[in-house]
Amino acid sequence: MTQMPGTIKAAKMTDTKISARNVQVYYGDTHAIKDVNIEIGSRAVTAFIGPSGCGKSTFLRCLNRMNDTIDICRVEGNIDLDGEDIYDSRVDPVQLRAKVGMVFQKPNPFPKSIYDNIAYGPRIHGLVRKKAELDEIVASSLQKAGLWNEVKDRLDGPGTGLSGGQQQRLCIARAIAVSPEVILMDEPCSALDPIATAKVEELIDELRENFTIVIVTHSMQQAARVSQRTAFFHMGNLVEIGDTQDIFTNPVDKRTQDYITGRFG
Amino acid sequence: MTEHTVTAYDQELTAVAGRIAEMGGLAETLITDSVTALMTQDLELAHRSIAQDARLDELLLDIEMRNVNIIARRQPMGQDLREIMATGRIANDLERVGDLAKNVAKRVIAMDSGVKSKTLAIGLEHMVELTQAQLKAVLDAYTRRNAEEARLVRERDSEVDAIYTSLFRELLTYMMEDPRHITQCAHLLFCAKNIERIGDHATNIAENVYYMVTGDRLTDERPKVDETGAEGGLDR
Repeated sequence: MTQMPGTIKAAKMTDTKISARNVQVYYGDTHAIKDVNIEIGSRAVTAFIGPSGCGKSTFLRCLNRMNDTIDICRVEGNIDLDGEDIYDSRVDPVQLRAKVGMVFQKPNPFPKSIYDNIAYGPRIHGLVRKKAELDEIVASSLQKAGLWNEVKDRLDGPGTGLSGGQQQRLCIARAIAVSPEVILMDEPCSALDPIATAKVEELIDELRENFTIVIVTHSMQQAARVSQRTAFFHMGNLVEIGDTQDIFTNPVDKRTQDYITGRFG
Repeated sequence: MTEHTVTAYDQELTAVAGRIAEMGGLAETLITDSVTALMTQDLELAHRSIAQDARLDELLLDIEMRNVNIIARRQPMGQDLREIMATGRIANDLERVGDLAKNVAKRVIAMDSGVKSKTLAIGLEHMVELTQAQLKAVLDAYTRRNAEEARLVRERDSEVDAIYTSLFRELLTYMMEDPRHITQCAHLLFCAKNIERIGDHATNIAENVYYMVTGDRLTDERPKVDETGAEGGLDR
């Protein structure tokens, strides 16, 4: 039997955007991430899956040094963004986080107007000089986040007045506004209904043309839907990473197989 | 295999597997009965065989419905997904095996008798035995989730093809020797073709079992021994 005509050729790994080597994370005495090595391709969606407490969110937060804000947290090893070590002492974490934006599980708009939610980042990073430029960034960010048509007539209204799904897209627009290269998403849809989830997933698919996206999700179906590559974490170890298609149809490791098929004891 | 956290999911997959086993058993019986009807000129058995086929059709629909349900409600992944895809196709093959066996039984009725000359039947009997063994082996490979056994079944299909080719020539010779044999031999030729097709379905099942177990496809081309048609068999 020759190859089935419907067989989709495995997605080629794009150029490496982030490269992590021998990464260890400790919370006090707890060894939370154990010797993780991973390459994350640029302009593609990489999904991190695994059971609660497996370290996927912890590892995600290493990628823009969000763990620096936790006192007892210690990160070892190398994480390079475009070949530059992000843990180098000369790197300003605030600048890094402008390059590597983040969207969280619960939508967290600032208690400000929709306009100011988006304008905040460009303002503090000094990206604009004129009001017209700022207007332009606000409009284009909201357009890219697929929210413009829903909010263009109420930009002065409070961001918190939007629905949950709209708030999450507002947070994505806010992340986009500072022109990041990477967007980290930590369970961005777990508080959203299926329609709002679909809109965010559609948005993720559009954003990957211009951004490198890493998404942590508890929903395997979501990982299967949105990502090109999937990494499975278990007990602080990166068990397996591969093309999403392979991970969900024919994973190599027994632990991955048990997890994706719902056999975890 | 470890069990799913959700017990009902296991039960649903087991129910499908059970129905595949039932289809396999039925298909085997149907072949035995229709060939016996052919050899012993038993018209009544031929009629019974034809009636048995309905249950196979019913089981195929039942399996398809169950698989659609599992896909909709459980979103199977990994080996479960492969199993669902494979069982759907295996059920299809078994239903076709039933149709082909039924066709042999129908011929017994059309001929208004079975094989009158024992000499003519010997070659066919041998071919049936081999095909039956193939089907049994592949059903065992399915039940045991054994990829290697499945691969061997697929390799042995060329033996069935070889017998078919020699049987074809033998029957042609009889027809040339005595034109009164033509009707009998023409029917037998179709019967032989049906049996050969059953062998092909056993091969399809073997390929699906292999995929179901390993996630890989058997890709290497097997040698074709069937030389009765221009390119590897007449009606492909």
